[in-house]
Amino acid sequence: MGEPSKLGFGARGLVLGLGCLAVLVPFWAVLMTSIASPEEINRAGGFVLWTNEPTLDSYRAVLSGGIVTRALLVSAGITVVGTALSLVSTIALAYALSRPGSLLQKPILLMTVFTLLFNPGIIPMYLTVKQLGLLDSYLALILPVLVNAFNVIVMRAFFQEIPRELRESAYMDGAGEMRILLRIVLPLSKAVVSVIGLFYAVAYWNAFFSAMLYLQSSEKWPLQLVLRTYVVNNTPIGSDQLSSNLENLPPQISVQMAILVISVLPILFIYPFIQKHFAKGLMVGAVKG
Amino acid sequence: MHSLRDRWRRDRVLLLLALPGVTALLLFHYLPLGGNIIAFQDFQPFLGIWHSPYVGLDNFEPVLTGDPVFLNALVNTLIITLIQVVFVFPLPICLALILNATISERLKRLTQSILYMPHFLSWVIVVALFQQMFGNGGMLNAWLRSADLSTFHIVGVPELFKLMITSQVIWKDTGWSTIIFLAALSRVDPAQMEAAVVDGASAARRLWHVTLPYIRPVIVLLLILRLGDSLSVGFEQIILQQAQVGAGASEVLDTYVYNHGIVGGDWGTAAAVGLIKGIVGVALVLGANRLAHALGEQGVYAK
Repeated sequence: MGEPSKLGFGARGLVLGLGCLAVLVPFWAVLMTSIASPEEINRAGGFVLWTNEPTLDSYRAVLSGGIVTRALLVSAGITVVGTALSLVSTIALAYALSRPGSLLQKPILLMTVFTLLFNPGIIPMYLTVKQLGLLDSYLALILPVLVNAFNVIVMRAFFQEIPRELRESAYMDGAGEMRILLRIVLPLSKAVVSVIGLFYAVAYWNAFFSAMLYLQSSEKWPLQLVLRTYVVNNTPIGSDQLSSNLENLPPQISVQMAILVISVLPILFIYPFIQKHFAKGLMVGAVKG
Repeated sequence: MHSLRDRWRRDRVLLLLALPGVTALLLFHYLPLGGNIIAFQDFQPFLGIWHSPYVGLDNFEPVLTGDPVFLNALVNTLIITLIQVVFVFPLPICLALILNATISERLKRLTQSILYMPHFLSWVIVVALFQQMFGNGGMLNAWLRSADLSTFHIVGVPELFKLMITSQVIWKDTGWSTIIFLAALSRVDPAQMEAAVVDGASAARRLWHVTLPYIRPVIVLLLILRLGDSLSVGFEQIILQQAQVGAGASEVLDTYVYNHGIVGGDWGTAAAVGLIKGIVGVALVLGANRLAHALGEQGVYAK
């Protein structure tokens, strides 16, 4: 569109190229440092951008059953269970709200939308979780964020795009609501379910403050808290924490970078699978909804 | 009209489906609202909400009398909001325009995939990455040292803290925030654009008269939401880095509430500040929305 301008084209390319580099270079440096040999790290005085002697020692040290391994399992467990529970309750609520004129539909919709407007505040949330006896329990990391009203609204908008006739003819054939939801609505909504599922999974995997607030014992720490303690706050991590059998522990920095890589990897891994649904899934809800 | 009984028989499955979600919202959004009552109490954890004595507006004293510690948190919050509205908010719009003008569809996809990615990383990871890049022992300084150049102290310097967190926000979310502008841009009518080219409109005029009307409602909507959030700035992001720079440069309202209430045990004052923040937040969204209506925009909800 418009007249071709070499200068404009070059400038745009430059901006996009620099933007991509700004995202990619830190990852590259972290990845390379996590697999570099101790000698290379010593020579470079910290970070390396290329390694000729790649080694997985730091991953071995981190994954051999110490605090990082346990945190990884905790994070994975919370993410899987939390995402499953969140998706089921979000789909169910969104489906109930996608039927205008049904009993109590209006008040429930209002009640859901209204939660977007206010935030109960840190102190009342903490006291509520405490009153419900959820302190120091993994449920405290799941139940308070079980349904996100924004996700419900997006999913509801998507469900409402499905032609009514499909649902009504199934109803005429004697199918109940559950059957219609499971057999007709859900198979047509794979895009939105994947995107919302990704949002929930990422939120559970990334949750840091709720874990810091509600979990008291460090044995229960998820990965983000381990990352904060040993990478952001630079608390030395040794064989006590790693319970590693390696003779010589790898350099501190490559252990730290290995933890960082492990916490980014799951996100990098599922990202491309879901990414193709972004446009389809998100746009319908966000722009039309 | 169906009788209530008929409707119950017809819709009970739907109500049952709504039940888990509704319960979660009631328990963790509406029930905690009641907990704000402790803003008016001398709250003692061992006495609980039911037995702690009421103290009227005593807890609001730091706010009403302008206690310096509170004012510092308020001023920091407002400065960060101002910086982010002025410098961070326009970036995704520019980036979306650039992406939209990129000719090759494949190149555009690839760039989008890369630029969206940081949005999905946690604040812990983003802060860790920034420290590893710019910290005193980080990559930049290691490289400068090896080249015999003088090193930069960026991380842990209070004066640079606001710059630091702003760059982190830009790095994390600029790419992702383009998504909604790109959606709006995809609806620009090509025939209209061609007509403007034929009529000899310059690139700037085309942008102003043809493209902008399509994205203006989105800009207004997001600006309203951002204004409504004026008093909340990057809580997780800041709490992670607070120890390095101290409260003077980094305390914002949310960290004030956390540090005074959960950490310091001054529950009443913390709840009072949190309550005021919540009420002002709702008022800001409603006010900004009215302003948008007055200016003839659609805003968050239609009138």
